[in-house]
Amino acid sequence: MKKVLTGNFAAAYGATAAKVNVVAAYPITPQTTIVEILSEIVADGHLKADFIKVESEHSALAACIGAQAAGARTYTATSAQGLALMHELIHWAARGRLPIVLTNVNRAMGPGWSIWADTTDSISERDTGWMQVYCENNQEVFDTILMSYKIAENEDILLPQLVNLDAFFLSHTSQVVDMYDQKTIDSFLPPYKPTIKLDVENPRSFGALTSPEHYYEFSYKIAMAHEKAKQVIADTGREFKKIFGREYGMTESYRCDDAEYILVTYGTIAGTAKDAVDRMREKGIKVGAFKIRYFRPFPVEDVVAGLSHAKKIGVIDRAVSYGHGGAFFTESKAAMYGHDIPMYGFIAGLGGRDVSIEDISGMVGHMQHQDPENMIWIGVKK
Amino acid sequence: MAKKTDKAEIIILETADDMPPMPASMGSMRVNKTASWRSIRPIILEDKCRRCMTCWKFCPEPAIYPTDPPTIDYDFCKGCGICINECPFDAITSEKEGK
Ligand code: SF4
Ligand code: SF4
Repeated sequence: MKKVLTGNFAAAYGATAAKVNVVAAYPITPQTTIVEILSEIVADGHLKADFIKVESEHSALAACIGAQAAGARTYTATSAQGLALMHELIHWAARGRLPIVLTNVNRAMGPGWSIWADTTDSISERDTGWMQVYCENNQEVFDTILMSYKIAENEDILLPQLVNLDAFFLSHTSQVVDMYDQKTIDSFLPPYKPTIKLDVENPRSFGALTSPEHYYEFSYKIAMAHEKAKQVIADTGREFKKIFGREYGMTESYRCDDAEYILVTYGTIAGTAKDAVDRMREKGIKVGAFKIRYFRPFPVEDVVAGLSHAKKIGVIDRAVSYGHGGAFFTESKAAMYGHDIPMYGFIAGLGGRDVSIEDISGMVGHMQHQDPENMIWIGVKK
Repeated sequence: MAKKTDKAEIIILETADDMPPMPASMGSMRVNKTASWRSIRPIILEDKCRRCMTCWKFCPEPAIYPTDPPTIDYDFCKGCGICINECPFDAITSEKEGK
């Protein structure tokens, strides 16, 4: 069944199609309509789930942690300051190895209150142990939520996952979304079977005190699960393609095969980059676009395989790590260590500023004529 | 490999593979013994003890059972010394662990 949906509705319907057992979330713009529609879906009896009303995002994730530990498939959604308020429990969920799926509608951090797109919120959660994926369009939002549960709940992985979509560019923009047939979705994503759960018949304590004797190993196991996740993400993408016809990897190459200039980016800018590439190709410039879907685990192997033939590489970040540069840039540059390819770090679109096709063509022009730099600010009013 | 010791219920986690993915106990508190970090061992002096059970009421673990005389469960006593402090008849003495 195809419907015209905003990104937020695609997320809410994705969680519904994943048959989540517990939803706990607190409204925050621009995520609000996700929880709103889910509360209606639950109230109308279309999804047999407990909708837990909470007084903050911190409590929302706490409720999901408790429910997930008791064996439920859980879902929550938030944005920016809401994600920041969850931060303590973001660590808890990952270290507790609870495969919660959280949709984060990327919004700028305040003050300087812009409710528009900026990925600083999710990138600030980089080192928590969560997997992070960024979506380019609303179909990808719906599909990614289904795949996220399958990947997160894999018994070799057991890690929570952030599904990110850009504020307004996706959250409030309508696109056609194929929602498939529920029976097919059920066969792809069977109910959650926890390996260890809270159980009165077999009591145990969760989130226990841990001495240095064991803490180190728990961290090691999270790191190893991230390594294994790369394979599970690839396998799940292939299985998804077999059933639903759309394939998703950790990265996606667009006209990169013979490209001399490759622009690396993520989220909605990746869509604009493809259009910019088409226009530049018409003018005979050999340019390609490389989309990074997964930021954690970071697809080092795919990045190296996809970029090492380029003459010059530009990376566009819709966020900045103050004092160094954009995170996608610094990670990509580290991945490309030893390849001796000039790399340009572009900062663009902060706080929801539009990143146009012209901006992106301008970046390629910059790469053609100037020396590489770590932080090239696109469109600063000077 | 996880080792079962001769004290059958105790599980020792030697390698990362033995450990559960998350810091969850491998069973209930019956097997999750918590006394390994005790530095002071309280000892009830049966002759001085008047069975008032003040120690039983105050033990925060609780690791004292209200038997006659009360008994301390050294698998769970953390050596906080509260019982020693609270006993109205100075009937609990202590010695250092690991001497
Ligand atoms: S508080 Fe002292 S006297 Fe009372 S039961 Fe305990 S050990 Fe005995
Ligand atoms: S030392 Fe503390 S833990 Fe041990 S028996 Fe006394 S009160 Fe309980």
